[in-house]
Amino acid sequence: MRPTGRISSSASRGSWSDRVDLCRLTVHELHELLRKREVSSTEIVRSYLDQIMQRDGKVRAYMTLTEEAALQQAGAVDRQLAAGRVLPPLAGIPLAIKDVLCTKGVRTSCSSKILEPYVPPYDATVIRRLKAEDAVLLGKTNMDEFAMGSSTENSAFFKTRNPWALDCVPGGSSGGSAAAVAADLCAAALGSDTGGSIRQPASFCGIAGLKPTYGRVSRYGLVAFASSLDQIGPLAKDVRDCALLLQAIAGHDPCDSTSANLPVPDYSAALAGDVRGMRIGIPDEYFIEGMDPEVDGAIWTAIRTLEELGGKQEKVSLPHTPYAVATYYLVATAEASSNLARYDGVKYGFRISKPADLLEMYQKTRREGFGPEVRRRIMLGTYALSAGYYDAYYLKAQKVRTLIRRDFERAFERCEVIATPTSPTPPFTFGEKTEDPLQMYLSDIFTISVNLAGLPAISIPCGFTKAGLPIGLQLIGKPFDEATILKVAHAYEQATDWHRRKPPL
Amino acid sequence: MKITMKEVDHVARLARLELTDDEKERMRAQLDSILSYIDKLNELDTSAVEPTSHVLPMMNVFRDDEVRPSLSQEEALANAPDRQDLFFRVPRILE
Repeated sequence: MRPTGRISSSASRGSWSDRVDLCRLTVHELHELLRKREVSSTEIVRSYLDQIMQRDGKVRAYMTLTEEAALQQAGAVDRQLAAGRVLPPLAGIPLAIKDVLCTKGVRTSCSSKILEPYVPPYDATVIRRLKAEDAVLLGKTNMDEFAMGSSTENSAFFKTRNPWALDCVPGGSSGGSAAAVAADLCAAALGSDTGGSIRQPASFCGIAGLKPTYGRVSRYGLVAFASSLDQIGPLAKDVRDCALLLQAIAGHDPCDSTSANLPVPDYSAALAGDVRGMRIGIPDEYFIEGMDPEVDGAIWTAIRTLEELGGKQEKVSLPHTPYAVATYYLVATAEASSNLARYDGVKYGFRISKPADLLEMYQKTRREGFGPEVRRRIMLGTYALSAGYYDAYYLKAQKVRTLIRRDFERAFERCEVIATPTSPTPPFTFGEKTEDPLQMYLSDIFTISVNLAGLPAISIPCGFTKAGLPIGLQLIGKPFDEATILKVAHAYEQATDWHRRKPPL
Repeated sequence: MKITMKEVDHVARLARLELTDDEKERMRAQLDSILSYIDKLNELDTSAVEPTSHVLPMMNVFRDDEVRPSLSQEEALANAPDRQDLFFRVPRILE
């Protein structure tokens, strides 16, 4: 979609009500306006800062705002524009960053008390890459503590609200990033996804969210939760923006030995072309009893739309799907219990005052520093790794993980992408699932297998419930084939207008 | 019962987490319910299945052992809750 003349001409006049329109635009639309010099980066950044002042009191997406640095960066971009320089696609564009990514000189709390005072002395690789493109960082967004949760209710500091319904959760754990994009409080955002933490909040907030293949994006500077599952990815207003952000952050990094040394294709170029003849796998196991009927209806309508575009429905089977949640909660918690052992109150972060001895310092620092869900997962993971239980739990889970991977390998012999719901339900209300951890875990049932198998997947909006809550379609791809899911998602988006709808804020 | 109070105590000690008695009982009950759910993995025969610890087909990744720029001592100590000169300071360990 090209921006209308009204927006671009009024933006250059720069009155307040017109500047709000700038916040509605996508990254690629803003880039066009910057390129044609119809608007300055400073104007764009000021519009977003105004919008944040107006709306973030209601939504509460941001943990930390970096207003001054953002305006400085915008000014630098504007000087380059004035000098006639050709700018990369993200230059001068305001982005929000999940508070799990290290930002040099800017607090990185992971929404945890134990990291509340932490100011990283270095940038994560993805941040370094965004800065190399002259992107503008607006601030850090709220999340479930250490990315553990599906509603952002586990933030140690405050709750983020769903812009579509303020009594509902935005999803999680990247709930702040998703809500910021949906409420037009940034042009796009980065999140992280260990079991669905980009895709599920994207689905709940009616935006696009991409989890890349494990290894596609460097994890250096991502505060670790479960190292064999974590990936960083974009949350954005449309699929083209996801492609632009992925392009900027993807690629090998010597600082992360699990980042893959493979060429990175041109993702924007991959959006062109159609999906005629493409085989769309539909796994029986993802259309289960107990799924919300409105979600079920919207997904089947979306599948029919893909068929009208020339896609071919192909039945596939992922028989080990019912075991994914159990497998995930052993693998992820085991890795987390090991990763979170570093929070001992010695080198950085919170420490209790006046401990009697070293053991008390560790125990009380960790007790006061970690919230209930993080403590629960550390306990479960420690138990699963402890002597006498390792084989029965951790090793067993790793073996079932192999079966889950093989399911996908077989399914992808018969199709190019797999289409499923992102979440079995629309956004739920605050407190609805906090009392029963298992119910919260089960809300990730459709996203978790993808992390266990290391695959790329995107969630895009595909409808709304009668109550006006967003529904997301998940498209899963083969390893390192982000290009194909982006292409299918883009084709679907071109044929529908769900992604253009805005929440009633 | 999948997990006893004694095991909760043991695991909390391993994880260096202090829990009150109330929290321990609540934790026990919640872990018990999660572990009962996890039991469904035993429906699967995995005796002939190799474990997956990592999805990428990569082994060791080496680099040359050469000096590179890194954080200065000041930068590395900047976040320390307590320090003395160029050291992290902790409660006395040896009597």
